[in-house]
Amino acid sequence: MNAPNIEYGILGPILIVLAAALIGVLIEAFVSRRYRYILQTGTAFAAVALAFLQLVLIRQTSSKAAVSSMSIDGVTIVLQGSVLIFGFLGLLLIAERGFQSFTAQAAAIPGSNEEQKALVSGLQQTEVFPLTLFAISGAMLFPAANDLLTLFVSLEVLSLPLYLMAGLSQRRRLLSQEAALKYFLLGAFSSAFFLFGSAFIYGQAGSTTFDGIRKSIVESGGSDQFLLVGLALLTVGLLFKVSAAPFHAWTPDVYQGSPTPVTAFMAAVTKVAAFGAAIRIYYFAVGGLVWSWRPILIAISIVTMAIGTVIAIAQKDIKRVLAYSAIAHSGFLLTGIIALSKDGLNATLIYLFTYGFTTIGTFAIVTLVRDSGGEVSDLNRWAGLGKRSPLVAGTFTLFLLGLAGIPLTSGFVGKFAIFTAAYKSGNISVVVAGVLASAIAAFFYIRIIVMMYFSDPVEDGTSVVIPSAMTVATIAICAVATLVMGIYPQPVISAINSLAFFAG
Amino acid sequence: MNPMNYIYLSCILFSLGAAGVLLRRNAIVVFMCIELMLNAANLAFVTFSRMNGTLDGQIVAFFTMVVAACEVVVGLAIIVTIYRSRRSASVDDARLLRL
Repeated sequence: MNAPNIEYGILGPILIVLAAALIGVLIEAFVSRRYRYILQTGTAFAAVALAFLQLVLIRQTSSKAAVSSMSIDGVTIVLQGSVLIFGFLGLLLIAERGFQSFTAQAAAIPGSNEEQKALVSGLQQTEVFPLTLFAISGAMLFPAANDLLTLFVSLEVLSLPLYLMAGLSQRRRLLSQEAALKYFLLGAFSSAFFLFGSAFIYGQAGSTTFDGIRKSIVESGGSDQFLLVGLALLTVGLLFKVSAAPFHAWTPDVYQGSPTPVTAFMAAVTKVAAFGAAIRIYYFAVGGLVWSWRPILIAISIVTMAIGTVIAIAQKDIKRVLAYSAIAHSGFLLTGIIALSKDGLNATLIYLFTYGFTTIGTFAIVTLVRDSGGEVSDLNRWAGLGKRSPLVAGTFTLFLLGLAGIPLTSGFVGKFAIFTAAYKSGNISVVVAGVLASAIAAFFYIRIIVMMYFSDPVEDGTSVVIPSAMTVATIAICAVATLVMGIYPQPVISAINSLAFFAG
Repeated sequence: MNPMNYIYLSCILFSLGAAGVLLRRNAIVVFMCIELMLNAANLAFVTFSRMNGTLDGQIVAFFTMVVAACEVVVGLAIIVTIYRSRRSASVDDARLLRL
């Protein structure tokens, strides 16, 4: 019997990040506190940069890897590249000077002497870096997974660190812990559905690999009940991760309670990873069942867009507004999956790439507006920001216009591509709903802009802090990406068009 | 014995677990119900493995046990922290995050 062959070269990007995460755990355990921060940040940034370099080197690959449990093809490369870029930007925010967003000791009781002592004497734990790296490696595995087992394991590698990271906030720790509890219980609940669904798909297909499932659908004509039940349950698990309605209830709470840098990271990275996995499942594995799943996804997409946009109008907290906007964007992204065409595939990848920059930039700005008690997320206190800090308000306006999909921002390019693809595939209903939802969404984005520029500043100690180079760099990169991809999107679009193919 | 019976059993266990998650109030009990759901999935995997005559399902069951163990570590850490700061592990008390 031959030993299985592991293709280290093309799995390199994932392995580098995983190795760095393990090194990070060792640093946290053995290195003296004084050097930990510098070593942890050094390892994390170096690992993500190296992994990206390796990814660029293997960009022409299109093959199965690790005994066909993974598929490293153009689609995977684009998605892994996006995850690494957004992971890097997220790490920049997390590593922000003074570590203001993170609790010194997550295990200390909020308000206890222990906690005070840890804060005052600077006994800061830095376990958030290895956790972030584990989450990044899970997010890179998730879209590459080519069988149900790898898919499940990578889902957990992505999710488990995020549950913990949601509870690490320094201010308002009870809220943060509550967010972690809600995220964990609902996440574990949905992954149980995901696993049970996988069992039924395996039961019908007789194989856990996507190739095997695809073949069995062709052979059986897609009429089997087990397969449909399994796919329905699997869909529940996936839709929870992308926060589509009616499985969106965790999103606003978790986005609000988590430390803002973690929210930025998770908003961009989990969306890319989860939609990446969804693309591979619906396009490749169960593409033959399209007449069964398309009507359901159309309904879910329309409901998601409606709930995301309508409820966002009533929100008073900036992070909750952005959470509902993330839900609405999930609805828009689902139209790309519904299209089930090469256009739809390209459009989804372009949308994910542009959306990630804009959303990280938005949350990066939220970390800047503070008072003595920490970040100010109450929308009313953002009034008049345009008069006090025109530069910050201006950049925030750019990001909001990007989220709304106004022309000359990258959001427009993504939306245009995805709605065109859905229209060409003949799904007019979802396009009409999408355009209507975009119009309603524009209302609450513009309401925030109006509030920043046309109301008088409130004098209650709200101010914009001067950030360190890391946050400035993040915001600058995101703003430039939002603007450049809006004005001159051709290079990105053609690069993604030429890469995005599945390995057969 | 007809292996389908094990599938029925796993469906019953899964439904019991899901009902428990929705009905119980204590975070630890909710979490135990989620573990029950994972084990129901394991039973389904092993049974399908027997019905299909392939070993994949049994291997998945092993991985599920490992993942469930990891989930216990993370889950108990979160639940114990929240219990220590509030003196309660009821999921109804966790309601600071509201509109």
